[in-house]
Amino acid sequence: MPKLTIDGIAVEVPPNTTILQAAETVGVEIPRFCYHDRLSIAGNCRMCLVDVEKSPKPVASCAMPVGEGMVVHTKSERANKARGGVMEFLLINHPLDCPICDQGGECDLQDQAMAYGFDRGRFHENKRAVKDKYMGPVVETIMTRCIHCTRCVRFATEVAGVPQLGATGRGEDMEITTYLEGALASELSGNVVDLCPVGALTSKPYAFSARPWELRKTESIDVMDAVGTNIRVDARGRQVMRVLPRINEAVNEEWLADKSRHACDGLGYQRLDRPYVRENGKLKAATWDEAFAAIASKLRGMPGTKIGAIAGDTVDAESMMALKDLMTAFGSANLDCRQDGAAVDPAVRASYLFNSTIAGIEDADALLIIGANPRKEAPVLNARIRKRYLKGNFTIAVAGEQADLTYPYKYLGADLAAFFANAQVPPGARKPMIILGMGALSRPDGAAILAAARAHAEKIGAVTADWNGFNVLHTAAARVGGLDLGFAPGAGGKDTRGILDAAGKGEIEAVYLLGADEIDTAKLGKAFVIYQGHHGDRGAHRADVILPGAAYTEKDGTYVNTEGRVQRGLRAVFPPGDAREDWTIIRALSEKLGKTLPYDNLGQVRARLTYVNPVFAQVDKVVKAEWKPFGTAGQIAPTPVTSPIKNYYMTDPISRASRTMAQCTEEFVLGGSKQKPTELKSGTHG
Amino acid sequence: MSTRSLAKEQPASFAFNADMTALAQRIIAKYPAGRQASAVIPLLDLAQRQEGWVTQPAIEVVAKMLDMAPIRVLEVATFYTMFNLSPVGKTHVQVCTSLSCWLRGSNDVVKACKEKLNIGFGETTADGKFSLAELECSGACVNAPVIQIGDDYFEDVDYASTGKILDAFKRGEKPAHGSAIGRAGAAPAGEAITLTENPAPPPKQDFAAAKAAFEKAKAEAAAKAAAPKP
Repeated sequence: MPKLTIDGIAVEVPPNTTILQAAETVGVEIPRFCYHDRLSIAGNCRMCLVDVEKSPKPVASCAMPVGEGMVVHTKSERANKARGGVMEFLLINHPLDCPICDQGGECDLQDQAMAYGFDRGRFHENKRAVKDKYMGPVVETIMTRCIHCTRCVRFATEVAGVPQLGATGRGEDMEITTYLEGALASELSGNVVDLCPVGALTSKPYAFSARPWELRKTESIDVMDAVGTNIRVDARGRQVMRVLPRINEAVNEEWLADKSRHACDGLGYQRLDRPYVRENGKLKAATWDEAFAAIASKLRGMPGTKIGAIAGDTVDAESMMALKDLMTAFGSANLDCRQDGAAVDPAVRASYLFNSTIAGIEDADALLIIGANPRKEAPVLNARIRKRYLKGNFTIAVAGEQADLTYPYKYLGADLAAFFANAQVPPGARKPMIILGMGALSRPDGAAILAAARAHAEKIGAVTADWNGFNVLHTAAARVGGLDLGFAPGAGGKDTRGILDAAGKGEIEAVYLLGADEIDTAKLGKAFVIYQGHHGDRGAHRADVILPGAAYTEKDGTYVNTEGRVQRGLRAVFPPGDAREDWTIIRALSEKLGKTLPYDNLGQVRARLTYVNPVFAQVDKVVKAEWKPFGTAGQIAPTPVTSPIKNYYMTDPISRASRTMAQCTEEFVLGGSKQKPTELKSGTHG
Repeated sequence: MSTRSLAKEQPASFAFNADMTALAQRIIAKYPAGRQASAVIPLLDLAQRQEGWVTQPAIEVVAKMLDMAPIRVLEVATFYTMFNLSPVGKTHVQVCTSLSCWLRGSNDVVKACKEKLNIGFGETTADGKFSLAELECSGACVNAPVIQIGDDYFEDVDYASTGKILDAFKRGEKPAHGSAIGRAGAAPAGEAITLTENPAPPPKQDFAAAKAAFEKAKAEAAAKAAAPKP
């Protein structure tokens, strides 16, 4: 391992490390624009120049591998002068429009100009101006500010796998653009805004709405898919202004999917901010007491077998725990957190987890995707699969929907019956993995598919003593948490399909929908429906009593992601109006129903969660699930399997209420808005 | 030079003709499997030879042939000024106006072109036969000033000879390319003025004496090393 000295500190690093990486290991910071840990090295901004002894010129530390005995000075006069020169060249064409730039306050160029900038300009010619480009509904461009670091181009090509961005022209005329100025068709496109070191690519929905120093930053967990992406919610006053990713190497690295990032404007529309009670067929605003009284008059004395409860996809574990305890107090076993009827086995944790873990994808050497479209169902996880694919020696096969997943794969057809009949063992794979999607499991024959997939996983050697490659990819953030705490039919209880059937027939007379909007509400028949949730969506339209709850940014909640990782989000803002945190609503209702739940604060609810399943005490960890028999062998129908997500941009009440997601739907799902940007903006003055 | 971008009006489609397809396949075959993207420049050149300019459909056809994203091909096409991104005349006249040519009188050459063809830079004559473009250094400074017509360089031109060359093209002839003042390649005009004599033969070297001197020095050094230290 080469030894070198950086600013007088001796350091030993593996060969092929660059000087910049070596400097980071000893805490020496080198300024940079184009270099990024997760992208290939470009070496074109020249900001990271350092002084290496015996080298005739300053060297670009991001692209220079370390050598034995190198003596590097990062703060010498020569290095500083070189960087000052680079900065002066960058600022020749960069507009001085920081006061009207959205990047202001969190701009790499601004920060580094404070350190290396020259206080006067020596360039008396005109600055260049570049025509702004159209890149879709979420990325705003002010291309005059671009410093051509090509981070966005490398991100689109390497991580997102949509090579649509490029640099045309040369020299002073180089411009970053998409091919023919089409929208950047990626579910990860918002990340180019984070990557852009200047204000050339900024967030379109967030444009001109806040300054970073006005925002209150709260760490939270995303609920738009089951990946459990770590996010930071930036709020001003009572409004969530934007959502940004946090770094978590085990989950999302530092990426965030577009829906998770930009659906937050949906938190401001269609909100349920007071209770409602249906009177003479019409919903009427009510007080909490009136709403509780309406529920109590129906539910008091009703036998548990006539009550059902369904939990939605974005619900926190605490409120599901409270509702489960309430249902148990009524003696009802009719409860389910699987709105789509996914046939996983709630009793066997390994049957519903992404057992290999998300980071484990990088250890696998063969992948079989059954009935899933990871690009739509979990874009960040899909980026991890692509990362593994780019490393090479990774065979991917897909049985299910034939979609562009951003990596090539062997297509095995959409007929799962035929697939399992002829399934082959991938030759030479030592750590194969299977990803089983909701498209397959939520079919009526899901249990048979689960059993067949389990058998296939064992056949191909995906389950060994130190490797479990049997993975279920959920689409709902609440799902694993719900299953972990047992929000599933108890002995003799009915599942989602059973509850809906029974409600239609009149056997179940009251249904409690906890944020459940993805069910066919027409099937509820004449049942008395209590809807607790945050948006006026499908569930609320059918409800007889509406209890206004909190969205994920408005409560302290526990979520378990698809790999079984327990994560906690913090409250960023308060719920609007009379709305309350969900578990407190159920706790208050339980008192009115005469079945008071035994917890009065969040700590006690969480203690209850831990009592029910010790997994909930293991925050931020993945507890390995034991491999047991599950699934019911049976006939698999020869119908083609499809992904449950038809429109990635609208899958839950929040994204359905979001204007940005509506624009994305128009652009990417409905075939693109014909209207191209007509305004010929150039420069920075609009 | 301004930003190079695709022409507004584009043909509906593009396809290589049979000859060009065969040539393209030969070019692609030169590169190892998986490296066929290396053929992008020659293929764009073939497309330009066939159509006269690089069209958007051609970019997409080349991208498809080489398994590249269209933006990657567009990057190449916009980078090299030799690719015409909008239609040019049948005879495309490019005048070098970079430093050497300018010092040697390219202004006169430009004037001759503009007068003869009655068009400016970036324009095409009404009959579509001629177009005129400004060329960055054509790399033939030793024969400055230079105009490039098609693949041929017309060197050492001035106002008068440029006019003659263009007149010949107007008549449909193909005038001889190369130096307009009769220089052979880059040789001096007229008589040679340097290196007029044959060079003297190299001096004879006495290798035997050199070897003896070397051996002697070596022996002395060894003796010195072996001598007892005081």
